[in-house]
Formats: sequence, structure tokens, C-alpha cells
Amino acid sequence: MINLRDAGANAWAKWNKPKRAAFSIVAIFLVGLMPYAGFSILNTPISSYADVLVYPVGMYVLMALGLNIVVGKSGMLDLGYVAFFAIGAYTMGFLGTHTHLNTWEILPIGIALAMLAGVLLGIPTLRLRGDYLAIVTLGFGEIIRITAVNTIKIGGPNGISNIPHPPSVFGLTFDIMHPNSFYWLILVLILLVIWMIRRLTVRRPGRAWEAIRQDEDAAELMGVPTLKYKIWSFVLGAAVGGAAGVVFASKALFISPDSFTLNISILILSCIVFGGIGNIWGVILGGVILAYLPERIRFISDARQLVFGITLVVIMNFRPDGLLPRKKREKIVTKSAKEVK
Amino acid sequence: MQTLIHQFWQLTFSGVAQGFIYVLISLGYTMVYGVLRMINFANSEIFMFGTFATVVVSRDLLGYGSDSQPIHGFTLIWSLALALVVSMIVSGVVALLVELIAYRRLRSRGTNRLAPLISAIGMSIVLSESMRLLTASRSVGSPRLLAKTSLAEIGGANIRVDQLMVVIVAPIMFFVLQWFVNSTRLGKGIRAVSMNEETAKLMGINLNRVISATFLIGGLMTGASAFFFETVYENTKYNIGFNLGLAAFTAAVLGGIGNIRGAFFGGLALGLLETYASAVLGSQWKPVTVFIVLVIVLLFRPNGIFGEAVQQTRV
Repeated sequence: MINLRDAGANAWAKWNKPKRAAFSIVAIFLVGLMPYAGFSILNTPISSYADVLVYPVGMYVLMALGLNIVVGKSGMLDLGYVAFFAIGAYTMGFLGTHTHLNTWEILPIGIALAMLAGVLLGIPTLRLRGDYLAIVTLGFGEIIRITAVNTIKIGGPNGISNIPHPPSVFGLTFDIMHPNSFYWLILVLILLVIWMIRRLTVRRPGRAWEAIRQDEDAAELMGVPTLKYKIWSFVLGAAVGGAAGVVFASKALFISPDSFTLNISILILSCIVFGGIGNIWGVILGGVILAYLPERIRFISDARQLVFGITLVVIMNFRPDGLLPRKKREKIVTKSAKEVK
Repeated sequence: MQTLIHQFWQLTFSGVAQGFIYVLISLGYTMVYGVLRMINFANSEIFMFGTFATVVVSRDLLGYGSDSQPIHGFTLIWSLALALVVSMIVSGVVALLVELIAYRRLRSRGTNRLAPLISAIGMSIVLSESMRLLTASRSVGSPRLLAKTSLAEIGGANIRVDQLMVVIVAPIMFFVLQWFVNSTRLGKGIRAVSMNEETAKLMGINLNRVISATFLIGGLMTGASAFFFETVYENTKYNIGFNLGLAAFTAAVLGGIGNIRGAFFGGLALGLLETYASAVLGSQWKPVTVFIVLVIVLLFRPNGIFGEAVQQTRV
């Protein structure tokens, strides 16, 4: 079997700047046209194909990329990622129905609140070892959900309804009839996140995360302020989750605590591990497949979760590093090695 | 707060009974964690299968219904014993299957730590979804084998016979397990593998056998817990394992995961805490208080209460 990842990486490395730019623009353009490809076998039985591209596909990819900063880049197991998604969504829901702020104004607030929650949770818990961190984050996710259920001011178990859609920008209307606008909005966010991760990976934070992931004690001894960078990675992941939440609430019009169960956290984590932990393209692939597959096979409606579970077990057993695993040696290493030559 | 003061002994008794249910489930987590250093995510489903086994035994095999006469004496004892043993066996077998399907291949290939976790999550989805399809998402009631009579009243606490059974039998099972791990050949093998896998292998310990045994024992304990849960709550559903599994896992972490004695105290502490907290704050906040306490404990003792302190009893 040819190694797609290495073939792609090699081709990319050989290209010069204009060639790379041209390729990226064409690729982004093609991905942007995805909603118009839904004429054939891609169609999903119940919700329309364009809707599925927004939620779950786009949303999962966005969140998986965010969680990948935490789990894939710095190697911390976070099982409560849905909490940040919920915080973003509830910020949108509450401010959208109680104030006159619109989605674009609430978006930065939602991100800020999610980041704040990330800091508050991160400072005490990120000292913990891997598996304890997993259970504490899992608990945090559940706490947020249960608090939402028990707080009448934000709708209690009934949630919040009549959340406004975003107002139009650049001639794009955002409402139920125009799912493509939401798709493009999420695409922009995804591109921003990819850009951010790629920039950070080759710079100090990325190197610190890599060091922490491989051996935290060694990193600490070499003078990497591990706690600081762990919190940073946590907070950046939280920011992406918060942004996804705001967009989700604004698209769905209605949110309730049921939308933010542990299952979402687990599903997003599955996307990452399934696609290829730590590798952006793998994570995107994993997100697309795991979000799209259950929708596509809705015709076997009742058994689709079962098929999903079987898929997870089989893929993990035969490709434990995911469909598109990260390279053994990270890019930074090969890059500096070349420069030395 | 009033409720807590007035019903303190009642709450304590119920809390201890609930705590022992947690103790047995958290043994399922802690045994596997001690040996593999991995969270057995499918343990909640192992529990769920145990509860259904109890229902099937008492309803279909023994033919009791919701309207049957209460049974007494010898019949009662062997009916209960049969239900207990079958639940344990069913859970044990499911645990073995989980190990075989979700863990074994990945373990022999020595992969990253997250892959077995995801495959266990997949296995957990497969198990709960198959049960959901089998039962058409309905909750299933369990016929009452043991009448819930109150035996005595101590300090205002009703000592109900079903809860009393939990409080008596569960510790016995726990101590049998502890004896097994500490004293038998296989138990020593389990401890050896948990201390150092490579060395244990070099000493001629059959790794696959020991790990299967660990899953089996964890499954047996979880199954016993499922039986106790059914006799007390008399109801089950395909997703019943989720909340209980989460709580039991918290209990295991509270005591120091991987540590058998830790599971005992963690489970009891959690059961009591949960019952007191729901009396003070209302039952809807129960899970929140539990997690907040967990976070606080982990902040001051990051390895759980008994984490590294009790080395000998580490699985």
C-alpha cells in the first residue's frame, strides 16, 4: 500500500511558495463547494446533505481539531471537552435571548468564557497524572451539564429556545433555508484553527507540547515551563470548543442539556484517535468519517450505533495509530536536520 | 440539613449499602487498571449485562413474576444464590470477551495508550447497543425475590433485609478477593504483572492467562454488584451502567486506582458522601458534589487516598 501521508508530505516539501499557495486555494475552493456535491450516493437519508455537512460533520471536525491540541499535541487525555462546547452554546443562548447582542458580538464572549473555564479548570487539575486528569475532566463535563439541568435561569432541563440566527454578512444569509452559509462559516473557523496549529507547531509552544507529550519529566528538567504550556494548550482547545458552541447554538436555534452529554466528548476523542492522533489531516478525516457515517447509514436506523461501535473496535485493532497516523519523527526534527545538511 | 440530622443513621445505613455496590464495581476498574494501567471503559456494560442476568434468572428461569407470592427459607436462599452466581458468570464472560476483542491484539502490538481506550469505548457501544436492540430501549423490572421487610430499627434507621444482605455479603466477597490476590498462585501472578510486566514474563508467568484472569475476576465482582443492585433497585435498562460505572470509577480513583483496598474505602466513602449530599442539597446535585470532592481529594493527594501508600495490596 502506498503511504499517502508521506507521499503528500514529500510532494508538499518539494513545492515552492506559489505552488503551495495555488494548491491551497484550489483545495479550499473545492472544499467550499462541497455542499453542491450532494446529488448522488453522498446523500443522507433523513436530514439533507447540506445540513449534515454543518452538523455533525463540520462541527465535529472543528471540535476534533480543538481537542487535538490538548490530546494530540500535548498528550493530555481530556474526556470533558463537551463542557467548553456547552459553555459556548449557553453563552450564545443566554446572551442571544436576553440581550440585543448578535452572534458576531457574542462569539468573542463565548470564546473568552470558554477560555476562562479552561484556565480555572486547568490550574488545579493539570498537575495531575494522565488517567486522573481524564476522570477529572470527565467530571467537569458532567458538572457543567448537570448545572445546566438544575439552573432554571438558563432553562433547566428544557434548555433555551428561540436563539437568534446570526445576522447577514457579506451578502450571506444565515437561516434554516441557507445551511451553506453556516458551512462556510465553520469552514473559515476550521481554516483559522488549522493555520493556528500549524504556526504554533513549529514554534516554541509546539515544541514545548511535543516535549511534554514525549516525556513530561524530561521536559520539566530541561527547563520547559510544563504547567504553563499545558494550560495554554488546554485553553486554546477550550477556545475552539467555545467557538463551536456559539455557532452550534446559533444554527440550531434550540439547545438543551441533552445536547451536551459525555457521548459528545467521547465521540470527538474517537474522531481524533480514529483519524490519526496528532496529525491534522488524520483528525479531519476521522471527524468527517465518524460524523458522516452514522448519518449515511441511517437507513439501518436502529443498528447504526452498533455499526459505529463495531467500526471503532475493528479500525483500532487493525490500525491502532489511526487511519492517517502522524510521522514517527515530527516535522521540526526533519526540518532542522535538512538545514544542517 | 434538617434531613441529614434527623435521618442520620438511616442515611448512613443506605449509604453503606450503596457504597458496597460501588466497591464491587470499582474492583472491576481497579483490577484491570492495576495490571494494564488502562481504564476499562466497558466495565459499565459488564455491569449492565449482570443486571439483566439477574432479571432473566429470576423472571424466566425461576418463573417469578411481579405478582408471585413472597418466598421463604431454603427456596429463597438458593434462588438468590443462583441469581448471584449466574450474574457473576455472565459478567465474567462478558469481561473476558472485552479483553479478547478490545485489548488483546492491541496489547500484543504494543501501541499508543489511547488506542485500547477507543477500542474499549467501541466495545462498550457495541454491548449497550446490542442490549438496547434486544430490549427495544425499554426498562425492565426485576421480580422481587427478597421481600423488603425491615428487620430492626437501630437509632431510627430501618435495617431493610435487602440492604442488609449487601452489607454482609459484599465485604465477604471483597475479603475473599483480597485473599485470592495475596495468597494464591494466580493472585501472585497478577501482582507480579502489575508490578513489572517484563520481569513477570521473564519469570515464566503466562501474561495472557494472568490478564484474562484479571478481567474475569473484575467481571465476577462487577456481576455480583449487579445482582445486589437489582435486589435493591429492581429495575434495569440498557444504559444503566453509565451512571453507576462513572460513580464506581470515581470511587476507584478516590481510593487510588489500581489499589484493591483503595477501592474498598473509595467505594464506601463515595456511597456515604453521595447519600449525605443528596439529603442536604437535593438528589439532583448528587453527582456534582461527588465530583467536586473528587477534584479536591486529587488536588491534595493526586494519587488518591491510598494511592501509593499501601504498596503491598496493589494489584
